[in-house]
Amino acid sequence: MEIILAIMIGGLYAAAVYMILRRSLVKILIGIVLLSQATNMLIFVSSGITRGNSPVIKAEETVLSQPHADPLPQALVLTAIVISFGLTAFALALTYRAYKSVKTDDLDKLRSAAMGGEENV
Amino acid sequence: MNSFILRVTIRYLLPLLLLFSIYTFLRGHNEPGGGFAAGLIAAASLSLYTIAYGAKRARQVLSIDPRFLIGSGLLLALISGLIPILMGKPFLSGVWLKIPIPRNTPFDIGTPFFFDLGVFFVVAGVTLMFVFIFEEEI
Amino acid sequence: MTSLVVFAGFFAALFALWLTKKWRTRAGLILSVLPFLQVVFFLYLLFTKTAEPVRMNLPWGDIIGLSLAFNFDGLGLLFAVLISGIGFFVCLYASGYLKGHQDLGRFYFWLFIFMASMLGVVLSDNLILLFIFWELTSLSSFFLIGFKHDEQRSRDAALQALLVTGLGGLAMLAGFVLIGEISGTYVISELFHSGHLLRESTLYLPALILVLAGAFTKSAQFPFHFWLPNAMEAPTPVSAYLHSATMVKAGVYLLARLLPIMGGTAEWQNIIVVVGAITTVIGAILALGQTDLKRLLAYSTVSALGTMTMLLGYGDTLAVKACIIFITAHAFYKGALFMIAGSIDHEAGTRDIRFLGGLAKKMPVTAVTAAVAALSMAGVIPFFGFVAKEVLYERVLQANLWVLAAVVFAAFANVIVAILICINPFWRRPVEISDSPLKTIHEAPVAMLTGPIVLAFIGLMVGVFASGSGEIIKAVVSATVQQSVNIKLALWHGLTPPFILSLLTLIAGFGVYFLIPYLRILLQKLYRLPGPEKIYQLSWQFTLRFASIIIDKLQNGYLRYYLSTIIISVIGGAGLTLLLKGGLQLPEQLLAPRFYEIGLVLIVLIAAFYATIAKSRLAAVASMGAIGFSISILYLLFGAPDLSMTQFLIESLTVILFVVAFYHMPRFADFSSPHARVRDVFIALFTGALMTVLVMSSLGNRIFPPISQYYAENAYLLGHGRNVVNVILIDFRGIDTLGEITVLSIAALGVFALLKYRNRKGSKEISK
Repeated sequence: MEIILAIMIGGLYAAAVYMILRRSLVKILIGIVLLSQATNMLIFVSSGITRGNSPVIKAEETVLSQPHADPLPQALVLTAIVISFGLTAFALALTYRAYKSVKTDDLDKLRSAAMGGEENV
Repeated sequence: MNSFILRVTIRYLLPLLLLFSIYTFLRGHNEPGGGFAAGLIAAASLSLYTIAYGAKRARQVLSIDPRFLIGSGLLLALISGLIPILMGKPFLSGVWLKIPIPRNTPFDIGTPFFFDLGVFFVVAGVTLMFVFIFEEEI
Repeated sequence: MTSLVVFAGFFAALFALWLTKKWRTRAGLILSVLPFLQVVFFLYLLFTKTAEPVRMNLPWGDIIGLSLAFNFDGLGLLFAVLISGIGFFVCLYASGYLKGHQDLGRFYFWLFIFMASMLGVVLSDNLILLFIFWELTSLSSFFLIGFKHDEQRSRDAALQALLVTGLGGLAMLAGFVLIGEISGTYVISELFHSGHLLRESTLYLPALILVLAGAFTKSAQFPFHFWLPNAMEAPTPVSAYLHSATMVKAGVYLLARLLPIMGGTAEWQNIIVVVGAITTVIGAILALGQTDLKRLLAYSTVSALGTMTMLLGYGDTLAVKACIIFITAHAFYKGALFMIAGSIDHEAGTRDIRFLGGLAKKMPVTAVTAAVAALSMAGVIPFFGFVAKEVLYERVLQANLWVLAAVVFAAFANVIVAILICINPFWRRPVEISDSPLKTIHEAPVAMLTGPIVLAFIGLMVGVFASGSGEIIKAVVSATVQQSVNIKLALWHGLTPPFILSLLTLIAGFGVYFLIPYLRILLQKLYRLPGPEKIYQLSWQFTLRFASIIIDKLQNGYLRYYLSTIIISVIGGAGLTLLLKGGLQLPEQLLAPRFYEIGLVLIVLIAAFYATIAKSRLAAVASMGAIGFSISILYLLFGAPDLSMTQFLIESLTVILFVVAFYHMPRFADFSSPHARVRDVFIALFTGALMTVLVMSSLGNRIFPPISQYYAENAYLLGHGRNVVNVILIDFRGIDTLGEITVLSIAALGVFALLKYRNRKGSKEISK
């Protein structure tokens, strides 16, 4: 199963990298979302996986009994999920604003608009 | 979005979902859940309301500005971190108060509870702010 | 407690920003209270506590040998008195000189930062602490030289000073680290006892050269002398304070401080004496041909600094005595003369001595003060400068003939410079008439007169009552050479060889003064020869050109090239390491796959592939959602219900946001060329393959036990919670979470600003 998940992570990375290398801003946005999914999975899987056994201490015990899923990467990934949501929303707003201002989402045209602006100053 | 089914459903679902979010928050320390998930549930339920009725009415239902939620949440988290300093412990370490409830397991309340409440407010506030602004301005 | 006296200036700097807004005119007066109190305090210590110096050592950064150590011994206190004393007058002077200037707050801010840092330099008892203060003086000097920041010349001069002294400072730090590592301590007063370790070490010479690089750049020694005259672009109070009386003497101070630790060797003496002597002569030659009052003074300062450095190269008691007296006398008369030059500039509108003349009638007080200061500079009896020159001659008469010639030549040039300053602008007619007639000239305001008058007359009083200051000089010299010495000071020694030499210098100087207009033409031809500044300029131009080539290549403005560069270097580097180290090692026990899990993975893979080829935005968002929800189920299956819940909710919200926003965004378009797409497919596939291999090898290589064991054991006992993930989030690693919710809030603010603010203003286009 680990190997299959590893291949899935690889697939997600490949798709994400391809998308962030596009010239269209909206495609880059999709790429960013895929990239964060891939990275979250990477952290989660690299630390080892187990089926079930969520890291919750049973009612009659005081320490977590073996076997259990590793809680630390889960905590890290949890914050990462929420953070990447914030990032996505911000990137979305930024893209929208850029598109409304320059009327294009082609990065090369955005670049020439920015460069042209600089020369005028 | 003009969907009659969604409009009717969400009107009755909203209180239930908000209740569920509080439940998720309270049980979060011992079962899956907690401030993050609860905040997201609260925000998601209001987002559905926003889709059905628009951001303006959703803001009225919420009745406080999401910015206020964000600010108070951050403040709450910060204060719960500062309390241990007053007691000579490092920043953000847990300080606990045991409340013995008869015939029941003792219910412990401590600064991490308020920290989690802060997280709840911030996550709900931020998410709602995204949804409202996107709905209003785009 | 006493260290607060050092740090007070930093607080005063902040206070100054506020004060100058409140009371523009009186700010300088109020601020000058601090240096006044400081000078009283330091004088008290200097007169009473030098036998048993006040020391303190507070821990700060133990790992790097840094501690808040201060040593109020004779040498440090003498400098401290000069710094705060002249600082007091400069503060007053500036309140007149920069009256009503709009950036007064900025000026006083950096002036006080400088004052505090300079006190820190001379009172630090820790090498690293000294270095920190040292660099702070370079930094504040940068801002003060560049005070008139709208002028290209000021900016260039500021940058030059910063680069030269800053690079020297870095070399010095390396030298300090060598010293500290050889001796095992960075505390200066402890180093006094372990100097022999250092001098016998094989690393002695490298350490010495590195430290000297710092001292020589700061004190404008040849071949680094060029930054000092250029620094005259600064407002005159700054030139008087930083670039004649205090900061440039930091290098001299450092040499004096290190003398008992590193001094006494042949290397020390040879390098320092030669550099000092060359600087003495070069400074004097360069001074004689100048017509700008401030440059005239600046080059003569370079020459004086050379002499002080040279004396410390000898390092015997008499040389140190001569150096200390010279430093003090020089600070008084040079500070005064600089301020006078500033007053002339301020009132007459020019500093060029060819255009100045006859000011004595209009500025009588300034004229008399200038004469008093200049007499001290020329070394006329009974001024303090005379005492200094006597002791100086007494020492160099024992030295090499070349050195003697250098010093006598510098003294002779000094006489000429002194006459030029006190006679030409005041008592003679202008040589040339400037195009713009001189403004209606009147006496400088009281604030600008106090400093020069007091400094000039101190120069006279100390000279007349020279024997009275013997005790102080004795304490300072004892602290410098770290042994008790017996020193007496007197104005009159009788008709000794130094006195005769002194007299001859005066006469020669006075004679040649009348030839100066002719000499000047000759000298200015000489100045056109390329000097060390040429090397600075060439290397600066080279750096700029090199940087612009690199920047054009790297900062091309195409996001995808930046990303490709980053991605390719990461997969290249990581892949190469993996290949070379043979890191791929499959874990021994693998979970057997189940059919529904494989189904979920397949959904993810197909959706990911579909997202890359989708023609419509909605299809891409839908496949994104499919990926997110499948991953959420995978989290659930592999024991992470919290993650699953969060991922599910976030995915829903993300899809909502995307659907709302994408509706108003352009359709998917293919901008890239087929060639670029093939290239990107290769990059993407390589990245994917490498990531797969990385996950597998990280699963197979378990070197350390997971740290989460601690959390698993203590979540309930310490964190009072059974959900370990939640306890980690809100208790064990609460500070991470605090940071995270802060970031989230900032993202929300960003979205708010991007969408709300623009729309409210009603602007649709990017417009200024």
